[in-house]
Amino acid sequence: MTSNPGGTWPHAPGFYVGDRPKIVTSRFEYEDSYTLQRFEATDGYKGLRAALAKPAAEVHEEVRNATVLGRGGAGFPAGNKWGLTPQGVWPRYLVVNGDESEPGTYKDRLLMERDPHQLIEGCLIACYAAGLSQCFLYIRGEMALAQERVATALNEAYAAGYVGKNILGSKFSVDIVLHWGAGAYVVGEETALIESLEGNRGMPRLKPPYFPAAIGLYGQPTIVNNVETLANLPWLARNGAAAYTAVGTATSPGTRMVAVSGHVKRPGVYEIINGTTTFRDLIYGEEFCQGIRNGNELKAFVPGGGSAPWFTEDQLDVAFEGPQAGAAGSMLGSGAVMVMDSTTDIPRAALTLTRFYAHESCGKCTPCREGGTWLERILSRVVDGKGTDADLDQLLEVGQSICPGEFPHASNEKLGITAVPFPYRMNTICFVGPSAYAPVHSALTLFRSEFESRVTKRTLIPVTAVAQ
Amino acid sequence: MARLTEENIRLAREIISRYPKPRSATIPLLHLAQEQDGFVTNEAMEHIGQLVGATSAEVYGTASFYEMFKFEPVGKYLINICGTMSCALMGSEELMHHAESRLGIHMGGTTADGLITLERAECQAACTEAPCLQVNYRYRFRVTAENFDTLVDQLQSGALEGEIPAHGTVAAVRQHIPADKGVGAVAPEDVTEGPAWLDGKAAL
Amino acid sequence: MTTIDNTPEIDNVPPPDPNAVSITINGRTVAARKGELIIAAADRANEYIPRFCYHPRMSSVGMCRQCLVEVEGPRGPMMVVSCMTPVADGQIVRTNTPQVKRAHEGILELLLANHPLDCPVCDKGGECPLQDQAFSHGAGESRFVEEKRHYEKPIAISDLVYLDRERCILCDRCTRFADEVAGDPLISFTQRGNNTQVMTFPDEPFASYFSGNTVQICPVGALTAQPYRFKARPWDLEQRESTCTTCSVGCRTVVQSSRDELLRYQGVDSDPVNWGWLCDRGRFNFQSVNSEDRLESPQVKSGDSFVSTSWADALETVARTLRLATPGSVAILGGARGTNEDAFMWASLADAMGITMRDAQLDDGLPTSIFSYSQATIDSACAGGTVILLAPDLKEELPVLHLRLRDAADKKRIRIIEVSSHESGLTKQAWRSVRAESGTTASAVAALLADSAVAAQLSSGPVTIIAGRANLAESADLTIASVEAVLAAAPTASVLPVLRRGNVRGALSVGLAPQNGKDAAAILEAAANGQVECLILLGADPMADVADADLARRGIAGAKFVVAIDTFLTQSAAHADVVLPAAAYGEKDGTTMNLEGRVTNVVQKITPRGTSRADWMIAAELADLSGHDIGATTLADVQKLMAQRVPGFGATTTSVAIKRDGVVVSMASPTRTPLAVTSAPPRNSYEFRLDLSRKLYDRAVATLTSPALAGLAQGASVCIHPLDLERVGAAEGATVRVSNNHSSIVLPVRASESIPRGTAVVPFNQPGADIRELIRHGESVVDVRIESM
Repeated sequence: MTSNPGGTWPHAPGFYVGDRPKIVTSRFEYEDSYTLQRFEATDGYKGLRAALAKPAAEVHEEVRNATVLGRGGAGFPAGNKWGLTPQGVWPRYLVVNGDESEPGTYKDRLLMERDPHQLIEGCLIACYAAGLSQCFLYIRGEMALAQERVATALNEAYAAGYVGKNILGSKFSVDIVLHWGAGAYVVGEETALIESLEGNRGMPRLKPPYFPAAIGLYGQPTIVNNVETLANLPWLARNGAAAYTAVGTATSPGTRMVAVSGHVKRPGVYEIINGTTTFRDLIYGEEFCQGIRNGNELKAFVPGGGSAPWFTEDQLDVAFEGPQAGAAGSMLGSGAVMVMDSTTDIPRAALTLTRFYAHESCGKCTPCREGGTWLERILSRVVDGKGTDADLDQLLEVGQSICPGEFPHASNEKLGITAVPFPYRMNTICFVGPSAYAPVHSALTLFRSEFESRVTKRTLIPVTAVAQ
Repeated sequence: MARLTEENIRLAREIISRYPKPRSATIPLLHLAQEQDGFVTNEAMEHIGQLVGATSAEVYGTASFYEMFKFEPVGKYLINICGTMSCALMGSEELMHHAESRLGIHMGGTTADGLITLERAECQAACTEAPCLQVNYRYRFRVTAENFDTLVDQLQSGALEGEIPAHGTVAAVRQHIPADKGVGAVAPEDVTEGPAWLDGKAAL
Repeated sequence: MTTIDNTPEIDNVPPPDPNAVSITINGRTVAARKGELIIAAADRANEYIPRFCYHPRMSSVGMCRQCLVEVEGPRGPMMVVSCMTPVADGQIVRTNTPQVKRAHEGILELLLANHPLDCPVCDKGGECPLQDQAFSHGAGESRFVEEKRHYEKPIAISDLVYLDRERCILCDRCTRFADEVAGDPLISFTQRGNNTQVMTFPDEPFASYFSGNTVQICPVGALTAQPYRFKARPWDLEQRESTCTTCSVGCRTVVQSSRDELLRYQGVDSDPVNWGWLCDRGRFNFQSVNSEDRLESPQVKSGDSFVSTSWADALETVARTLRLATPGSVAILGGARGTNEDAFMWASLADAMGITMRDAQLDDGLPTSIFSYSQATIDSACAGGTVILLAPDLKEELPVLHLRLRDAADKKRIRIIEVSSHESGLTKQAWRSVRAESGTTASAVAALLADSAVAAQLSSGPVTIIAGRANLAESADLTIASVEAVLAAAPTASVLPVLRRGNVRGALSVGLAPQNGKDAAAILEAAANGQVECLILLGADPMADVADADLARRGIAGAKFVVAIDTFLTQSAAHADVVLPAAAYGEKDGTTMNLEGRVTNVVQKITPRGTSRADWMIAAELADLSGHDIGATTLADVQKLMAQRVPGFGATTTSVAIKRDGVVVSMASPTRTPLAVTSAPPRNSYEFRLDLSRKLYDRAVATLTSPALAGLAQGASVCIHPLDLERVGAAEGATVRVSNNHSSIVLPVRASESIPRGTAVVPFNQPGADIRELIRHGESVVDVRIESM
């Protein structure tokens, strides 16, 4: 059922095939899924051939009609994104975002390790359809195996004439350049990714005017697509938009990959059909995670990667769909659910995320650079039992300087609070700063008593108070 | 140890040639330098600056932004234990404590024999396999205290020599674009026309 | 008062603007321009939005987030940063709602979280945007109780600039300046997130000619200038706005002093000139004015040494000499160091006495016929089209002009075509850069312009020729020949003459231009031949500055009586019979003219040293003593006379504009004398063609007498191509013999790929052996042999 791409360790990473229809993981059951031989034997590069048989505009139209939503987190339709490039400006580039590093997220790495040719085929279809003259495949620095698998696949594909000059004898020529990062979460943000690819510090660019579609890599129009998004294209090109939209829902066709981790019986990565699954299905369903470990109670879960506000059992029946999760006060983000059972130390759990975002701040925007670390330090103090009740208010005050106004959160019957829907307002360029605050805010809103029980009560705190 | 070797200069030029602008090769070349010396030396950064057309300060500014580049020698094996939420929920704090006492060093430290450096890392995208760690960016999943000890034993005995290259090498396979197959990179300012396959038609 | 008012005074109203939009700021309707940023529009409307990273002369980075404002959007009010949000017609902006106020307080609290608050010992205290805005926009107290970041403080990142990383708020102004404006990205952000810090590369200092600007634009006390550290508190400083006369760019400055001592110059933003920037040489040579070595009283030669005397005595000695000398045997050299008024009064005196031998240049510039072409300005050169560089390395000679051209090329407004004998600071920005050996430039220009792509470029828009003396060992006529070669292909091209000395164009314009073709070289030759009874050195030091050192020596020695009017006892002044102490920059009022003919004011801020006087006063007194009535006894008189007599000056010297952006004076164009076609002899392939060019830091007296700058001159050396170095058989840094049939000297040799084979570049006026011994005026080029020792 599973193989171990990581080497000889006894535990295999859990990808669970199930018998649902598959769009991007259809080859995962094969031990040799990453080879050109297997790929060609299982419809490989047929989507490319189908695309090349049509004019580029027609292929683009098909992607647009299929409403392939971006799988990187923002959920913007890929066909529309390609259409944002200004007319008549050359060259244009494709940058593939393979810098997967959102806490809880684990899918792009699998797609690169297990089916690199599918990704390459997806890149080629995108370049063909959108008239992109060079493709840069940016893989996270720490993913040695993914880099090796994609490098091998590219070398095979070049040798076989799938990539490079006059692909499959056509006029279509494009290079795919494998590029690899060096360890910086913020580079997953698309403008930071472009900065990094230009050889700079990976700091997000101003928006406006730097929407990459208009002014991207080297100041040229640039499409930045997530690995999973592109991995959808070969199937779509083979089977057509009608077949693609027949899977999933009208607003969100197709499937998406979800990683569920934490305190569940069967943590794993699942390709689910959009519109068929609730969080309850994911966490408790037999074909998914099969419930909470050791028969424990569910305490809370993060529904969409480390940046997302938290849900509790009150939200279990929310559909695993962007709009529904947003209305309920959070987001689906990159497709990652992290489950906390009743044994979880909530302040400490929040700290692991806040520390992550504080550590990964690029340092550009003041609220994130200074505020993120400040949150981390207050929270550490509280977790260590050295905080005061003033610290708890201060956490929210610092949060206000990062994200002004009401911050989204879930409703909670026991606490008698109603949901504040997504999105939040922010004083920063990108989402790293707000993400440092999201876990703090959720934990404090939903589990304030856990914080209060470990801080000293102080009605007044002198401004000259000395750090512990 | 210093500037890039002749062989690596050749490789560096090949890498640079794939990009429309040489500066884009900065990070790949820093990896190359780290592969050569185990860490990134000042001389290498100067050399890379010359190769890609940047000042040493710019190369250092870029390099120091990224976690993976080390500016001082580290152990032959760099063990990164993930401490972010999913791994923390599954006991990575305890694993880190165990690792520290097993190796007799603190996080960030290197064993006296120079074999192992231990670091706390952030999310490694293996959240369902928590707690996880990487040895020179090769994964180990669902790591317990016992199999951490086994790993250390293997590293110490040299049993993993073949599987895990010394610190500096990340991917052991490189991309090579054969001269007759590649399109070649063109500086953006030298591209004035749309791609041939659009036949002069605008893309949508 | 210590804040610098950067709002230029506008003399005339611009025509209606097709890009005009109107927005509402805090309920008030404000006119703005399409594409303009909200913060800029608000500034003009006097609605102050706090900011740290925003700087109007650099690209926006949106880093500090201090300038958040509320903009009415489709889904209600949105918080946006005003330094990266452009205005839109009908936009509604609020800068004072409780939400905005909370945001401003929040950001300030975060910026102060790790700031050491060591204001009492910080140079910036009292003029610190962080301090000021913490008061105006902050909450008044911090709730940050954690331990602050700690770094070693301060560290010297160059000879001139110190960095205190604890005070730094990471606004990216200095690093952006170094990269975007100066083109010297030697400082960069390093590390990441909360550990981000500005740093140089280990052991590679921030050696930029423009480093002082980073100190000025630093919004906190993180960057401090070595010459000003702990010298004064801002509230003790008095200041007046003036013009820098270190070179002829004419950057606007404020001159700041305390207790009658100059303490600092700061750049002022003059839109047509310097945009607020200064070079370090201009910024820090205020030290020279304070130097212990300044001349304080008149000196009269007695035997081999000088004795101090009274002004009356010294002036009478000079007047007597002038009375006795025939007017045709008196010569005046110099005038470019002073004001227009100084030069005008000396020219008037000369006119009154019938003195015709005069030259404000020292055989190191160009013939005045350069002013006979259609004249360009800095703005017109940078506005668009093609700029053809037939000039010395502007980064070394006219640094802020270099910045303006660099900016225009970077922003793709202009294309630069450079023809030079070695690479320059603008070579990287050039669209075409061609190496032509000295002596062959004109033919290289002709060949280049014949290229069809170049011809197409030239005809696509206006063409500006930037013409200057690129090589002091090459005849100036060859530069004119190159200019003519461009004009043959582009007859409508205009010329921006880049003569380097501070007020050289002013001095030439108001009457110190050579007459009857008798220029400085001819005057010195006449002096050497015993034909000069009185040689007046008006702030001129021929022995240091004339390329033909032998000629200068012979000229000074041959003049029967030498009067030196100077601030220091220069090499030449040491040979004078009478030395009169001159008031220096900052010690006198007046006007100056920059390289484009722009007249701006210079001001007195401190009392002249000792009994020194302005040059114009000395001229007035001498006129009086010699029985000539020039008709001016006050500065106002001089300016009035000058306005009447000098074509184009009109009311310039009294206009409001001269107190900021100035007035461009179009000079009466001298007649263009047809050029005798000069062609340089071919070079023997065993020899090197000498290229004698200036570096920013040399043995110029104001540099040598400024302790912060004195050590920055690189020293004499000869620089050749690496393959030539191999041919010579010397190692890098070894000493070689450089010789020709005139003389022979020993210099260290260096290799550089930026120099073509066969050319030997020697920097001018550097400490060490003097290459000028190998140069003879009248030889169109100089070839030398280089031998390993």
